[in-house]
Amino acid sequence: MAQALQQLINGLTLGSVYGLIAIGYTMVYGIIGMINFAHGDVYMVSAFIAVTTFTLLAALGVSSVPLALLVVLVVAVLFTSAYGWTVERTAYRPLRNSTRLAPLISAIGMSIFLQNMVQVTQGARVKPVPPMLSDGITLFTSGSYSVRISSAQILIIVLTVVLMAGFTWLITRTAFGRQQRACEQDRLVTAFLGYNVDRIISLTFMIGAALAAVAGVMVTMYYGVVDFYIGFVAGIKAFTAAVLGGVGSLPGAMLGGLIIGLLESFWASYLSPEYKDIGTFVILIMVLMFRPSGLLGRPEVEKV
Amino acid sequence: MTAIVHAHHTPTLSERLKDASAAAFIALILGIPMIGMTTVDQGGFLAVMTRWPQLALFVGLTFAGRILFSLALETIKRRSQGRKSGKSAASAAEAANAALKRGTKPESVIGWLAVGIAVALPIFFSEDRYIIDIATSVLIYIMLGWGLNVVVGLAGLLDLGYVAFYAVGAYTYALLSTQFGWGFWEALPVAGGLAALFGVLLGWPTLRLRGDYLAIVTLGFGEIIRLLLVNWTELSGGPNGITSIPRPSVFGYAFLPPDTEGSIADLLGIEFSPMHRLLFLYYLILLLALLTNLFVTAMRRLPLGRAWEAVREDEIACKAMGINVTTVKLSAFAIGAMLGGFAGVFFAARQGFISPESFTFSESAIILAIVVLGGMGSQLGVVLAALVLVMLPELGRDFAEYRMLLFGFAMIVIMVWRPGGILANRAPTLIHVPTGDKA
Repeated sequence: MAQALQQLINGLTLGSVYGLIAIGYTMVYGIIGMINFAHGDVYMVSAFIAVTTFTLLAALGVSSVPLALLVVLVVAVLFTSAYGWTVERTAYRPLRNSTRLAPLISAIGMSIFLQNMVQVTQGARVKPVPPMLSDGITLFTSGSYSVRISSAQILIIVLTVVLMAGFTWLITRTAFGRQQRACEQDRLVTAFLGYNVDRIISLTFMIGAALAAVAGVMVTMYYGVVDFYIGFVAGIKAFTAAVLGGVGSLPGAMLGGLIIGLLESFWASYLSPEYKDIGTFVILIMVLMFRPSGLLGRPEVEKV
Repeated sequence: MTAIVHAHHTPTLSERLKDASAAAFIALILGIPMIGMTTVDQGGFLAVMTRWPQLALFVGLTFAGRILFSLALETIKRRSQGRKSGKSAASAAEAANAALKRGTKPESVIGWLAVGIAVALPIFFSEDRYIIDIATSVLIYIMLGWGLNVVVGLAGLLDLGYVAFYAVGAYTYALLSTQFGWGFWEALPVAGGLAALFGVLLGWPTLRLRGDYLAIVTLGFGEIIRLLLVNWTELSGGPNGITSIPRPSVFGYAFLPPDTEGSIADLLGIEFSPMHRLLFLYYLILLLALLTNLFVTAMRRLPLGRAWEAVREDEIACKAMGINVTTVKLSAFAIGAMLGGFAGVFFAARQGFISPESFTFSESAIILAIVVLGGMGSQLGVVLAALVLVMLPELGRDFAEYRMLLFGFAMIVIMVWRPGGILANRAPTLIHVPTGDKA
């Protein structure tokens, strides 16, 4: 029981991170109908930006953790959005009216490029970051097993809830949200109505990258280990989350993220930690086989 | 869809400078956290190291590159406009038809020439181990490229986990030979068949999916196979892999030192040399690769092969014409997997040692890069791309670090420049020429 509760807390934390990344996949898919293969690597870039900024702040003598976190969040979000913008501009926009395969391949090229760019410029070694906010509350103790929730975990879950609320407001209540949804429905008509479709698509990539940047900062703070390969696995898991929830559906992305996060921590704890990644891939294949539209997605009708 | 058609307009100098400044500004923003700064480990603690001169160089290069690029683009545009009036799409189609009727395309001449060079290569470099080794590696990649070309180039299915089938082939041979004493030739068809079976098992549920879903599923499948190989120690030896895999033999005679049982040197009465085995391996992979090419070329002329190309171009039209799209895709998937399995058997036999290290995603990416850069659907393009991509890192050790970086960059640039690949071959293999045209 105690172990299950602990895994629930760990799973919710992990799921929040996956959910934040999954929103980037789902939004981009909604608007241009394509998977952003480089999204996982944009997340990885943000984690490296966070490591550098944390180190810089420590060198400058900033000792207040909340202040440092705030600065790192702002810096990472700004720079990572620039990366999101560049990904769209170089790998997607020139190929928007091309064959289906071409933008997929250019995006995979972008993913390989980003991974190796970070490996060359930042080094292939793992970057250790001193743990932050590792103090926490012990909820209860049963026998020798005590259930803990750390400040970092609380922060991740609360921040995710706040971001999700803000993001839902952005999409459902603001002018940009309406334009974004119009673009999803029909790009041509949106252009006829006088909206700048290129700008909306660019902003969508930037928002996706910004949310991934928050996830990157949180992971850097929570796990304290970053290397150039983290984007690959996190990207696949977040993508699985997006597919599980229904690609194109925002609540679906969050729900899918939570399910994948919970599944992973329970699998690692009760079954086998070595095969936890296989569990995610098996779920991905099963969902695509039996319910390709996901839990909350609408079935897709292919038009000629 | 939102492109605005501009009247032809040569940008002024100030417009060019503005455009280049914008590019340089973006380069600065992107470069600050990656090139400008890095963290170095100083005894358990990280410290920030700055590299401003490199960042300045990068920004400057972007500025200059952007100006040169826009100038070059301008020149190309002006030239193509001058040429456009003379040549139309119809005349290009006529030329293609004429070439088909003659039966000889320039490609086939180059192809025969390449075969000639490949056969003659060991005659000139029979003592140079280094060259034979590289040539063998190039041929493995050519064979893998031709196999993946069936899936990606002909059937238009993006497979990101091709290396899984390569791994299935390699591990099948390794296990059959070390555990059960099977020979290379007995294991070859079994391994190919098993790889094809894996292809069907993966493809059957997933090929109904759209292209990008398929890409992700194959990526996941590749990782599942790799994780299984790493963790299932009883079967695969885990991260340590399988060692002392027997080398291929010729009708039961192996390349062993003289006076050993079954030594081929004794049989033929020639002096023993370790080079003989390398030369034999080289000709073996050359033979396998050529057979692959013949097989794929023949398939392209059969109804099934033409259905692959048709499904790539328009799936819905194919369904309307009564083609069973799933079967067509599945056959492409299985044949591609089988060819990958064959290449895997050869790889295991040549190395004598395999481990999961050889079957990572970056290997899949390299094979995909070969197909994409060479030109999807073009057999000759694969050869050229494999030559370039395998030989590039051999030019210098410093260069190896940047190899994958350049791969990624080249994949973006080539897709944007030529979405079909450099030697793209999207024209159908067979063209129906109405008989009435003869007059």
